Amino acid sequence: MFTPDIKSLLEGVPSPAMVLDDMLRIVDMNRLMEAMSGHVIDEVRGIHGELVLRSNVGNNRDRLFKAVLETGEPVASEGDILNCYRRKIPVHCYISPLANRKNNRRGLFVVTELVQLDEVKKDPTNKIFSLNEIIGYSPKMQQVFDKIPLISQTDASALITGETGTGKDKIAEIIHNHSPRSRFPFIKINCGALPLGLLESELFGHTKGAFTGATRNKAGMFKLADRGTLFLTEIGDMPLPLQVKLLSVLDDRQFFPIGGEQSISVDVRIIAATHRSLQEQVKKKKFREDLFYRLNVLYVHLPPLREREVDIRYLADHFLEKFTAALRSNIVGFTSEAMDSLLSYSYPGNVREMSNIVEYAVNMCKEKKVGLEHLPGYIFEPIPEAPAESHISDDENFYEQPQQDTTAQPSPSMVLSEQKQESWNDIERQMIIDTLKEYGGSRKKVASHLRWTRMKLWRKMKKYGLLA
Amino acid sequence: MHKLMIPIQGDFVAPRFDLATEVLIARYEDGSLLGEPKTIIMERPSDEELCHMIIEEHITAMVCNGIEELHYNFLVWKKINVLDGIIGDWQTVLEKTLNGTLQQGAVFYPDKKETSSYKTQ
Repeated sequence: MFTPDIKSLLEGVPSPAMVLDDMLRIVDMNRLMEAMSGHVIDEVRGIHGELVLRSNVGNNRDRLFKAVLETGEPVASEGDILNCYRRKIPVHCYISPLANRKNNRRGLFVVTELVQLDEVKKDPTNKIFSLNEIIGYSPKMQQVFDKIPLISQTDASALITGETGTGKDKIAEIIHNHSPRSRFPFIKINCGALPLGLLESELFGHTKGAFTGATRNKAGMFKLADRGTLFLTEIGDMPLPLQVKLLSVLDDRQFFPIGGEQSISVDVRIIAATHRSLQEQVKKKKFREDLFYRLNVLYVHLPPLREREVDIRYLADHFLEKFTAALRSNIVGFTSEAMDSLLSYSYPGNVREMSNIVEYAVNMCKEKKVGLEHLPGYIFEPIPEAPAESHISDDENFYEQPQQDTTAQPSPSMVLSEQKQESWNDIERQMIIDTLKEYGGSRKKVASHLRWTRMKLWRKMKKYGLLA
Repeated sequence: MHKLMIPIQGDFVAPRFDLATEVLIARYEDGSLLGEPKTIIMERPSDEELCHMIIEEHITAMVCNGIEELHYNFLVWKKINVLDGIIGDWQTVLEKTLNGTLQQGAVFYPDKKETSSYKTQ
């Protein structure tokens, strides 16, 4: 009689899944479970499932697993798991019994589904982009939205460009969520944030003993993203030697982990993003031309906010609603002067900057409507040179923050008090410093005075760079 | 003198720091225990209370399995030596800590006796 192989059966399950024996030890798991838990099967076979899954789905001390084994009734539960990268992931967990041919229950089949993905699919408003907070009614954004369904349905590499704060990450996530790969992992890696050696290890993994400190096998992002999407952000900053290896993976669909002797085959879609002009990088010999053409199969450019005038009002209202709800404020809108100022500002930091401006205003405003005096002072100052067009220019300083022109004279109506020109963050930072001075540096007393927990004080101090 | 904390569950290192209700505290120096390790049973699981306890008890090292980034960073900032992702029985983990051979993400395979001790209480 045909006896299916557990491994191939598990790989057919489109969610993270594993099989446990009657002692609740791991027999096997699929690659999606490996990606979610952060452990490869060879490392954890024979270990208690709960020690690896680390869930809170009512399974403390195996209670849920044992109940299913004893009753034979499958159970569904909701909760979260904590993976080995210290990330908490919300999941639905389905546990069903496995019986042998004599109908004796000899194990469990555990399937977890990522909650976030489910919710995207069940979005009742059917505004496919609303959940991801992409708002765009301007013709340029409509062009972007028109492209997304087409890009989602292919497997070709895609390149997303746009200034900082335009939403490149969100667009990549939307493309993945609307693609046939949406049930598989979406893994993001910042190519500009890690040094060469570490980035190579993160991308391709390493074997035990490959280098000093490699005390165990590690699966790289390419393997963990198998059948899903790998999002390479800041691709323009990727070191040249790694670009060669990436090109080879894109061509051959297989690679060798660092120190590994066996090649690993993967089926991964690549979406890359950058705020730089890759063409300029190619000219400067900082980016390989062949890799550029390999990535630039499908291309999306996100326009800067200053070219989306229609959207500024919608975005301002959206962020106002968001922050008033979060801060339980009674603000109902903007005064016409404040809205005019918001509409005339050039937003070098794009949507992210607008979000910060509105958050600041909501924090400062104690009235019904946000007025000029509640907006951060710097938006009234002239910006010496705003980037002219939406095409990507090359330099790092292309998206410079507005210069504080001390010689500029703002018009009388725009003269605000010195205190109100500071950002909310500056005020909070100063408050912490003042309180620290007052209590001679005692964080315990500072936390108590501010009615914060010590953890919250630590978070704030870390945020403002006040830690030694 | 070092002071070690291990959140435990039965004979094992607890799967999650934030859900642990029992902790083992051991004092040691030069690879030897100073007195018997003590266990503290908490009224309810609480990550914040556990962080508080670590500070109050002047813990210098913490070994655990799953821990959130936030708590990990907080403890590291408090100059506590944290080794996480440790899967195994706490006795083996304690021995490895004492002789200085425990490494982040170590997995210790249980023998039959240890396997049977991971039970519903």
